[in-house]
Amino acid sequence: MAKLNVNPTRMELRRLKNRLKTAVRGHKLLKDKSDEMVRRFMLYIRENKRLREEVEGELQAALNSFMLARATSSDATIEEAVAMPGTTVRLKTSSKNVMSVEVPVFEIEKGEESELYPYSFASVTSELDDAIASLSKLMPKLLKLAEVEKTCNMLADEIEKNRRRVNALEYVMIPQLEETIKYITMKLDENERGATTRLMKVKSMLEERKD
Amino acid sequence: MSTREGSVAVVGDKDSVLAFKALGVDVFPVDNEDDAKERVHMLARTHSVIYVTEQVALWAATYLKRYSARPYPVVVPIPSASGSQGLGMAGIKANVEKAIGADILFDKEDK
Repeated sequence: MAKLNVNPTRMELRRLKNRLKTAVRGHKLLKDKSDEMVRRFMLYIRENKRLREEVEGELQAALNSFMLARATSSDATIEEAVAMPGTTVRLKTSSKNVMSVEVPVFEIEKGEESELYPYSFASVTSELDDAIASLSKLMPKLLKLAEVEKTCNMLADEIEKNRRRVNALEYVMIPQLEETIKYITMKLDENERGATTRLMKVKSMLEERKD
Repeated sequence: MSTREGSVAVVGDKDSVLAFKALGVDVFPVDNEDDAKERVHMLARTHSVIYVTEQVALWAATYLKRYSARPYPVVVPIPSASGSQGLGMAGIKANVEKAIGADILFDKEDK
């Protein structure tokens, strides 16, 4: 392990010891953060999986009946039927903070509720009604899925980033600091021993000359 | 807490997205890669939730990556009328692997 390139002085030693203390504390905090993020992530990702399975199944069914409707009526009829929707989907969007990650939150803002089926029943087949009814029932779930999936995405990114930080501290910063502190301590001790020996030597030389 | 105009858009092949029009969602049929990219790029500024079919998600993958770091827009892949290629599930799986290091969610179900 490489030691840092510093002068072996007492001042430097003190500075490094402080840095080590900060690094160890930061490492502990980040590790705790990582644990909690993974816990939250597991909650979200389970819901994400459940929602996606449900949505994919139901959406498939709805789109299938829509395809049937398109097959039984002419293109122009269908397009005319859905061209002027009677309802709108508006969202009230905001964001919330999950483990210092800004994630989206939205709630459906109910517009003025008018007719769900914006066409006359005489012109199209019942498959279209089915398709639109099931789609509109699916919409809240689709929006929930969007919210949860985005949260999962962002949390996963953040967890990965955090793990890099933890590892950098644990395997690079902290060993490096410890190594350097050890090096400085030894160098200082060595200097001290050197000084003592020199003093003893000088003293004995002085005594020899006196004799 | 920031608030932004909350409209919903759906981008994909015509068969898959037309049905959403009846719900009052903004619908944009696209059928080639360039259109898909451009459409998604434009919608990202005006809409907060964008549903894309799996094909479009593949086409516009480079753009979608850009939006992953901020809360809005939310881009969600959905299966198209011709069936799911499993892109959405693959995304969940990738997330689990990224966050935990191993896929523990799907493993359990296989056994």
